[in-house]
Amino acid sequence: MMSQFLQVLLSGLATGSIYALVAIGFALVWQAAQTINFAQGEFVMLPAFLVLVGLNYFDLPLWGALLFGLAMSILILGAAFKKLVVEPILPHGGITLVIATIALGILIRESVKEFYSAEGQPFPSIFPSDPINIFGAVVSLQDILNLVLSLGIVVLLTLFLNRTRTGRCMQATAQNPAVAEILGVDVKRMVLYTFLINAALAALASFLITPVYLAKFSNGETLGLIAFIAAIIGGFNQIRGALVGGLLIGVLDNLVATYVTAEYRAALPLILLILIILVRPQGILGTPEGRAV
Amino acid sequence: MAAWLRRILIVALITLAIAAPLGQGNYIIYVMTSWLVFSVAAMGLNLTLGYAGQISLAQASFMAIGAYTTALLTLAGWHWLAAMPLGVLACFVVGFGLGYPALRVKGHFLAFVTLAFNTLVFLVLRNEEWLTGGTYGLVGIPRPNLGLFSTMRSLPFYYFTLTVTIIAALAMWGIVRSPWGRAFRALRENPIRAESLGVDTRRITLLAFAIGSMYGGLAGALIASLVQFIEPGSFGLAHSLRILLMVAVGGAGYFFGPFLGAGVVILLPEILRFTEGYYLIIYAVLVIVMLIFVPTGMIGMWGRIRDRFIARPVARADLQQGAQLK
Repeated sequence: MMSQFLQVLLSGLATGSIYALVAIGFALVWQAAQTINFAQGEFVMLPAFLVLVGLNYFDLPLWGALLFGLAMSILILGAAFKKLVVEPILPHGGITLVIATIALGILIRESVKEFYSAEGQPFPSIFPSDPINIFGAVVSLQDILNLVLSLGIVVLLTLFLNRTRTGRCMQATAQNPAVAEILGVDVKRMVLYTFLINAALAALASFLITPVYLAKFSNGETLGLIAFIAAIIGGFNQIRGALVGGLLIGVLDNLVATYVTAEYRAALPLILLILIILVRPQGILGTPEGRAV
Repeated sequence: MAAWLRRILIVALITLAIAAPLGQGNYIIYVMTSWLVFSVAAMGLNLTLGYAGQISLAQASFMAIGAYTTALLTLAGWHWLAAMPLGVLACFVVGFGLGYPALRVKGHFLAFVTLAFNTLVFLVLRNEEWLTGGTYGLVGIPRPNLGLFSTMRSLPFYYFTLTVTIIAALAMWGIVRSPWGRAFRALRENPIRAESLGVDTRRITLLAFAIGSMYGGLAGALIASLVQFIEPGSFGLAHSLRILLMVAVGGAGYFFGPFLGAGVVILLPEILRFTEGYYLIIYAVLVIVMLIFVPTGMIGMWGRIRDRFIARPVARADLQQGAQLK
């Protein structure tokens, strides 16, 4: 009984830590550019297919294909997204941009479906999935390494944002772009960096989560929704918040599926979301923004 | 546009809508009817998006609520005219309950709540087989019989849908023109000014969303009778996004935008049939390009072309933008 609980908890944490990566990217982009990216789920779906292209069409080894996938993701989902979609549309207003990212999501999803495949594709696992025994709980090594790696990435990202000059400039830009500009921060460059980091986080999440399922064009729908909700639950304006939100959803999702209902597990994020908005709209760790209009 | 020109245009459009299906095959009449149905759904979303400035990603699930309520009741022997109002009312209540928490706070929370809600409705429709028939859906939904005028054939049903659409459009016209509707507009133009003039922005936005959802329910009631078969897959998130893009493409915040947008989204697959699977890709690219250059949609595009050829005096253009106090 106890060992089953531990098992469910650990694998929930492993999936949750990957959700957290996506949620953190989402929160970063929101802070730096006030952009809600409704294509975030597709941003996680696409890199896996870029890796498959590297493997199957360019005959790269796995590590080469992963690097290729990461580089292409940063280029397409980071730089091109910022330059071609966000920059020209942001001045027209937030809602217009949201609609544009929804259209972008459709574009990515349908392109993968038409140009690669509509069927789920097996995706090579980075880590071996041998079962290991922790205090009586049988957990796959893959889950443990996923958890360790994603937490490691979060720690590195936090160190980068807090300890380096560029990271601090990025934070200043997120907090108050006008003042940051006056103080000599290259605001445009910092915003671009945020988009690149978001793309890299989405790609890493993609490489970790896709072996668990299959690479499929429709993967983004659920992933994107969970990432938004994780970011909101944890606190939109904090990296820690997105991390906590991701882990929480991963664990609760697993617990609900095991102990309560498997049919309605997908309803859990919605219920959490509504509860959080009613009780603590700024999120568990967020700070209130103090305006109602 | 001058008032008389507008009136002539509207009369011409209605005449066209009455005359167009005459002598056409069943398929073309079916496409035209679904254009009307989606225009109703998009009209409701336009109130939420274009007038109140909130994104709802659940219009398809409100269609589902309207469609399933109407279908279950008409299958149980109720008349469509009695079943439809219940479906529409259910949408108002659900919309109110959903919007209440989401609109308490600033930001695009409604978008996320409705996004998740759409998934939830889909799950309920699929899992609660005893009520909704699960993935098999509901079959053999009757079309309304109006005494002398039976709508079982496709042409009478088209005229029936057209009548309902015109009534719904007139009601929307009334809403937008009423003091309430003006409050919606004030809210969209400048929320801070609206609030300081005593407009209860939260209540107004909530009402706009709930009323917009009712139009979704009405469209659902119509589509249940049109297709005579409903299943959860017809009300997924993809359909909500489709309705949202209809509003954006036509021109959010313009009264006739939804009709135009729905027309484009319904007819484009027919025109682009030769592109087969690439249709959605082409469409998505077109939408993004349009948002970059003409964010106000096709009606905005027309306005821009007109302004280029017909110069018009503008009184105090500096006042149009407001003081930009945001």
